[in-house]
Amino acid sequence: MSASLEDTLATALTAVAAAQDLAGLDQVRVDYLGKKGRFTEQMKTLGSLPPEERRDAGQVINEAKDRFQAALQTRKELLEQHELGRRLASESVDVTLPGRGQTVAGLHPVTLSLRRIEKIFASIGFGVVEGPEIEDDYHNFGALNIPEHHPARAMHDTFYFDAHTLLRTHTSPVQIRVMESQKPPLKVIAPGRVYRCDSDLTHTPMFHQVEGFLVDTDVSFADLKGVVYQFLRAYFEKDFQVRFRPSYFPFTEPSAEVDIECVMCNGAGCRVCGQSGWLEVMGCGMIHPEVFKSVDIDNEVYSGFAFGMGVERLSMLRYGINDLRLFFENDLKFLQQFH
Amino acid sequence: MYGAQSAEIRVYKSYMRVSSIVQHNIGAHSSFKNRAKNSYIMKISEAWLRTYVNPAVSTEELIAQLTMAGLEVDSLEPAGAVFNGVVIAEVLSTEPHPDADKLKVCRVNTGGIEPLQIVCGAANVRPGLKVPAALIGAVLPGDFKIKPAKLRGVESSGMLCSEKELGLAADASGLMELPPDAPVGQDIRDYLTLNDNIIEVDLTPNRADCLSVEGIAREVALLNGLDWQPLKASAINVQHQDTFSVTVEVKNACPRYLGRLIKGVNPRAETPAWMQERLRRGGVRSLSAVVDITNYVLLELGQPLHAFDADKLTGGIIVRMAQEGEPLALLNGQTINLQSQTLVIADAKEALALAGVMGGSMTAVGDDTCNIFLECAFFAPQAIAGKARHYGLHTDSSHRFERGVDPALQHRAIERATQLIVEIAGGSVGPVNEVTHEPSLPQRLPVLLRRQRIESLLGIALPDAQVVEIFTRLGMSVQPNADGWNIAPPGFRFDIAIEADLIEELARVHGYNQIPNNSMHLRAEAGKVTETVTTLDRIKDLLVDRGYQEAITYSFVDELIQQQIAPNDATIKLANPISADMSVMRSTLWCGLLKAALHNINRQQQRVRLFESGLRFINEEGGKLNQQPMLSGLILGNLYPLQWGEKQRKADFFDLKADVQALFALAGRQVNYVSAQHSALHPGQTAEIFSLDGEKIGIMGMLHPELEKRLGFETQVFLFELDQELLLKKPVARFKPLSKYPSVTRDLAFIVHEKITADDIINSIKNTNDVIIQDITLFDLYRGKGIEDNHKSVAVSMTLQNFAQTLTESEITATVNRVELTLADTLGAKLRE
Repeated sequence: MSASLEDTLATALTAVAAAQDLAGLDQVRVDYLGKKGRFTEQMKTLGSLPPEERRDAGQVINEAKDRFQAALQTRKELLEQHELGRRLASESVDVTLPGRGQTVAGLHPVTLSLRRIEKIFASIGFGVVEGPEIEDDYHNFGALNIPEHHPARAMHDTFYFDAHTLLRTHTSPVQIRVMESQKPPLKVIAPGRVYRCDSDLTHTPMFHQVEGFLVDTDVSFADLKGVVYQFLRAYFEKDFQVRFRPSYFPFTEPSAEVDIECVMCNGAGCRVCGQSGWLEVMGCGMIHPEVFKSVDIDNEVYSGFAFGMGVERLSMLRYGINDLRLFFENDLKFLQQFH
Repeated sequence: MYGAQSAEIRVYKSYMRVSSIVQHNIGAHSSFKNRAKNSYIMKISEAWLRTYVNPAVSTEELIAQLTMAGLEVDSLEPAGAVFNGVVIAEVLSTEPHPDADKLKVCRVNTGGIEPLQIVCGAANVRPGLKVPAALIGAVLPGDFKIKPAKLRGVESSGMLCSEKELGLAADASGLMELPPDAPVGQDIRDYLTLNDNIIEVDLTPNRADCLSVEGIAREVALLNGLDWQPLKASAINVQHQDTFSVTVEVKNACPRYLGRLIKGVNPRAETPAWMQERLRRGGVRSLSAVVDITNYVLLELGQPLHAFDADKLTGGIIVRMAQEGEPLALLNGQTINLQSQTLVIADAKEALALAGVMGGSMTAVGDDTCNIFLECAFFAPQAIAGKARHYGLHTDSSHRFERGVDPALQHRAIERATQLIVEIAGGSVGPVNEVTHEPSLPQRLPVLLRRQRIESLLGIALPDAQVVEIFTRLGMSVQPNADGWNIAPPGFRFDIAIEADLIEELARVHGYNQIPNNSMHLRAEAGKVTETVTTLDRIKDLLVDRGYQEAITYSFVDELIQQQIAPNDATIKLANPISADMSVMRSTLWCGLLKAALHNINRQQQRVRLFESGLRFINEEGGKLNQQPMLSGLILGNLYPLQWGEKQRKADFFDLKADVQALFALAGRQVNYVSAQHSALHPGQTAEIFSLDGEKIGIMGMLHPELEKRLGFETQVFLFELDQELLLKKPVARFKPLSKYPSVTRDLAFIVHEKITADDIINSIKNTNDVIIQDITLFDLYRGKGIEDNHKSVAVSMTLQNFAQTLTESEITATVNRVELTLADTLGAKLRE
């Protein structure tokens, strides 16, 4: 190797080692291998050599170039590593900083409960029907076997518009409306707002009910018990005791009130269940013959059951809410607790 | 005496006792009924009940039996406070205390060998008085222990007690005075049967037969398989023949009327302690002997009676309908003007009592009444039903007559009451004057019960023998026939008229929980799952995901607020609103959402996003009521919650519009937004929303600044309201082929007059009907420097694509030129250089 080539290689390797970034390194490459680069210039000198020497001389230059390129490559990789390290360091963030953008809100607890109730009944084939909230007294009372002076009417605390128009006091009129317009077999639940003229610590003048009913041939009280029992265990996701107590509703017979083992104390007795270990959660019964008569369904052929529940009550028990009035104040601090 | 308790008409459940309030906290509204007012509390003494029938079960078992038989026991309370060591004592002598004016030193016989010395400060202490005495070692209510004491230096070995000190009354003016025949030395708890419980039974309206101790006893006997005997009341010997004539003008309303004159009763007679105690445990305050006796018989047998002051009657008794407007002064101090549909008890002169509901004040038994006329009637339920309520009354008597009193009970009840009056207040008894119209008495026809029907309705078969036994024990007559039985209920069962009534009785007595929880075999039909509507659930979820919290507000709102928001909507007013701010049905959901937003602003919330779905109530032209499901939303405050790295920005019209557009995007629908006016909204920021078919789906905009101020907002509020039915419509998706060739975009900026809308520009471009224009997006809007006044620069980006081949430059240029020309022609748009 000629002294000048050696010198060129030495300065080239020094330049490679001195390059501090990829741009500088690339400049070094251009300086030595570019069109006017120092190695390129060396190659150009080959032409002035006698032909028999050219081959050897060329080989020597190429070896020097190879060494330079190897050094270049090594340096490049090193610098790339450094570069990446710098980038990674500069780009690292505090991952605990909060994300940006819109936040997700939530549904009202009544809606959450209604959806679960609807889903459970939908899974056994019940359809959802809604009815008017401003009702006539026939659908709200008369057709449900609650004639004008029936004591049960006085107990409903009805909001009236005039003598015959009122805010429905329960979702049971939907039962009548469905049976008037459709023929059995019927499997329906009717959720919705109901109204009673009553407002204090534990009563709001508006609340929600779900009415459900099934009409078919050969429907028995034992069937009703089974459906209600399975529903309650599904809703509360608990394998608790359920008991049926005789009661009275004008539109069912036999009628029952349904108690579940208290979900707060598991039946041991607490403030919520009044130490009894039981919580009353719904009413139900076999559809009364008079109701069938008013919708012209033959009670000798068909039988059916109906049940009804207060949604706020189920919601309160499910989520441990202790004040009914919170449901309608729409305080974000309350609403945001439910998802 | 019906209405004798008028001063304390028994209150319905839930307002009564603290113990139930806890449950009602969560119990608010059970469905089928409003628990608070459906039922009627019947309070009875357990000890009294057990004098009729005494099953070998504990109190807890007894109340569990009742509850599970449909007579729900609501609570159980001890009849007396907890105390012991108190006996009946006789005061032998009293001497003044040497060192205290108000104290007396008494010698008292408590049944021990030696009399005790007890110092007492009560004013009514006197020799010969029988009083309760707490002996040394006694513990009085409140854990108050009686120890030997010295009062001002004088030894006292016990304490003479008042009713208050024994927890029997809230107040007392002196020592409790016991009757002269009270046995000295007997434990006062035994004497007053204080080791007793008050059972509160929550009775459903169908079980009128249980509105008495006897009625409950009948059930207890049935449930325990025990025999029991109703109280026997034999006829009292008649001592005079005087009476008042009784004329019943309305026989179907009053099928049976019994009256009896009892002369010379002692108006000062004291009600015996045992009776006072039973009344107290039944929730009835003791008033005077005769009144107490009528109330006692009401509790005992369930028969309301009424006693008139016979000296204040003119001529005979007439049971008639009232004359319209006839005045009647009632026992409770109220004077009512009667309606002609009201049954009254009258004399020759005027109406005396509201039959079956409440007596009148003019003829009431008073402190000096010596001669009484005792009434014991059967009024038909349908004649009494609703009457008390009509006059704003509710009495123990009306409660029973409305539901049905045993029509066979009147003779026994009047004899029982007479016997008690004579025993307690003396008097000379006259004959019973009876007017009965047999055909008007309720008939209990036999009801057919089919064996097969029991099984089909209950889901279990019951052996014949069990069926017969249950009905026999229920006091029904049972006749077998081919299919089952003919069963005739007793007179006191007003609730048994059809086969289902009998089956219910069977199930009830057999036990509901003896019937299995059957897993039904349900008919399966494929459900309808339509794709032509978006579900409301999906819509709600979208809003929740976009940061809207679901609200539920009252359907009735403040009339004044609604009038400010929607002055043109006819109001639908409640006849009996609960308060002025809940008096009209909402014609827009905005009333409730605005109120909810204010509620939150007043609780330091600065960013509110709410939505609600529900009915609005509109009286349409022609008076037709429309109950229309709506979806409404409200936003105010910053668009995003407080966060780092982004500049905070108030939400505006277009943020709300993005949310509204997203709702339609769920169904892949295009809708039109048209500038509009609404009384509640800013005139320059209001849009009505129309479907492509021209149906008006809803409206959105900024709350009018005037209204914003008047309602108390200090920030802009944006609102939308959509008709759910129209919102939820959804076209079923329809596939369009994709182009295989590349697309290009061309951005164009036009200068147009301010009055030209974005839709004008987009629609003009669409109207070129150029097939290669696939999409048009408005991406910039600029006003200001470089743009002349009243003009704006609008930039759109067009996506161009051909389905047949790759677009050529000349095709693209041709399209762009066509768009420029069209916009220049139709909108006066100039291309911005």
